[in-house]
Amino acid sequence: MADTVTVAPGAPQGETRRPTRERANALQVMLHAHPSLGPLVVLVVAAVVFELLNSRFLRPTDVSIMFQQVAVIGLLAIGQTVIILTAGIDLSVGAAMILAQMVMAGLAISSGVPVGLALLLGFVVGVGTGLVNGILVTRFNVPPFIATLGTLGVFSAIGLKYSNGQTLTPHGGSPLLWAGKVISFGPYHITTGVLVMLGLYVVVGYALGRTAWGKHVYAVGDDPEAARLVGIRTNRLLLSVYLVAGALYAIAGWVQIGRVGDATTNISSTLNLDSITAVVIGGVSLFGGRGVVLGTLFGALIVQVFQNGLALAGVQELYQQLAEGLLVIAAVSVDQWIRKVRR
Amino acid sequence: MDSKGEAVNDMDRNHPSSDARGKANQRPVLRATGLVKSFGRVEALRGTDFELLAGEVLAVIGDNGAGKSTLIKCLSGAAIPDEGTLELHGEIVHFRDPQHARNYGIETVYQTLAVSPALDIASNLYLGREVRRKGVAGALFRLLDTEKMRRMAQEHLRALGIETLQDVKQAVETLSGGQRQAVAVARATAFGSKVVILDEPTAALGVRESGQVVALIKRLRESGLPIIFISHDMPQVFEIADRIHVQRLGRRVAVISPGTHTMEDAVAIMTGARAA
Repeated sequence: MADTVTVAPGAPQGETRRPTRERANALQVMLHAHPSLGPLVVLVVAAVVFELLNSRFLRPTDVSIMFQQVAVIGLLAIGQTVIILTAGIDLSVGAAMILAQMVMAGLAISSGVPVGLALLLGFVVGVGTGLVNGILVTRFNVPPFIATLGTLGVFSAIGLKYSNGQTLTPHGGSPLLWAGKVISFGPYHITTGVLVMLGLYVVVGYALGRTAWGKHVYAVGDDPEAARLVGIRTNRLLLSVYLVAGALYAIAGWVQIGRVGDATTNISSTLNLDSITAVVIGGVSLFGGRGVVLGTLFGALIVQVFQNGLALAGVQELYQQLAEGLLVIAAVSVDQWIRKVRR
Repeated sequence: MDSKGEAVNDMDRNHPSSDARGKANQRPVLRATGLVKSFGRVEALRGTDFELLAGEVLAVIGDNGAGKSTLIKCLSGAAIPDEGTLELHGEIVHFRDPQHARNYGIETVYQTLAVSPALDIASNLYLGREVRRKGVAGALFRLLDTEKMRRMAQEHLRALGIETLQDVKQAVETLSGGQRQAVAVARATAFGSKVVILDEPTAALGVRESGQVVALIKRLRESGLPIIFISHDMPQVFEIADRIHVQRLGRRVAVISPGTHTMEDAVAIMTGARAA
């Protein structure tokens, strides 16, 4: 009876109030409940700061370009998010995407296959890359880091062999270039590729947040043994995750062709790490089970905002890299802190 | 000692579970005969028998390596026995995996808690058994009926008398150990289960939290649900159990009851210092 008298309803029991700590704890709980909130704040603050430094930053043309630049990484990062949510990682994203797009362009341009079919087969190849990774992880119990490190080499080599290292340029108006088509909203000019990316964020966000599959992705990433014990077939779920990711990489490949106007194996080798960077800055935990795909979108935009903003401010490229590196470290540190949340 | 055991029982049990005693002569809910299970060269079970009666709390005790965990795994489908039979309500069953056993109404709360920390309470209760919306939204778009699951979770928790869990939208990792265990127990009893297995439910908990879980087990017994309860905590076993299955060196060496044996007796049988 004694404690009911001394403890006010709702107050933490047996703890003396320490305002600063409580406030920090409230922030921690809020960030814990809304994992995309942190990245959103960083994105808005960064955008405002860069706008103050250079008023060109938020001009419609520059914002439009920024979205166009983020489309491919944004798409790859969706697949990466789903895999990282299961406590995995995919180092083969870039190679898988390049392989898929080389198949699409190669079949359509060099082999004369109808473009629709070529796109479909390229898509199948993308899903196939996911299948290979998924089988390695679930059947052969290879840790995702090693499995995808291996397939990074394999997919790269196949892509190079298939295309002989050539750059393939579709003729104007080819459906291969569909994703590069510009759509204007007043002064903003985005591409269909950007819309595809945003659409897929909505679709995957829905699948993760509102379906049993999504709940199971989180459960498996959180504690695979616990998930197995409640009756989730964890291997089947993991395989489905890698297949979904492979499909997304193939679509990213199509968007990439549309964006640059040709298909080449000679694309920035940082795609793999960039997609991971976007996911991590977006507040998705590398340890699995935590984060939302919307955060990844913010994460991808944050990286782009820093790149463009620092470039506009005339800062050397090495400082852009520095900023990106610091952001990643900060994001993971914050994640570690949030994970310790207790009420 | 007899009279003391009876007194404790009477105090705990009140009315509804008194029919547990009446059912005691019925055939067992769950019966295992001659279970053998080896892991490589280690023979964890060497012909264990097991019987769970309707409406009772059966404690399983035994020293480390006695085969308690393996026995429980065989009952819950987490392990497949090499030899022996398992009968549920007199019908022979062969469990392939925990999900299969669950389909038969055997629910297990594991020592490791087996909850998903990042998911909220309602999601955890319905994990693997999610309820979808009716119509196209559920059938085609696989949309979950989150509202319904939350409402039903809340009702179920209230029915179990778990008042400490107010907000079913709360992530499980923000809960205390006792509250998490309550979530795990609530899940095990939420879907019309026939048998609930609790594997050391209080091992990781403090005194007060253990007390909450014990109270929860007693409420479950009042509802007539048969419970298998593995524990190292003798006073707890003697407080809750109707009967005690003593496991030693891969076999059942005795079934005793708090009414007829003391804790010292139980420990002596368990360690082999005394024959049953």
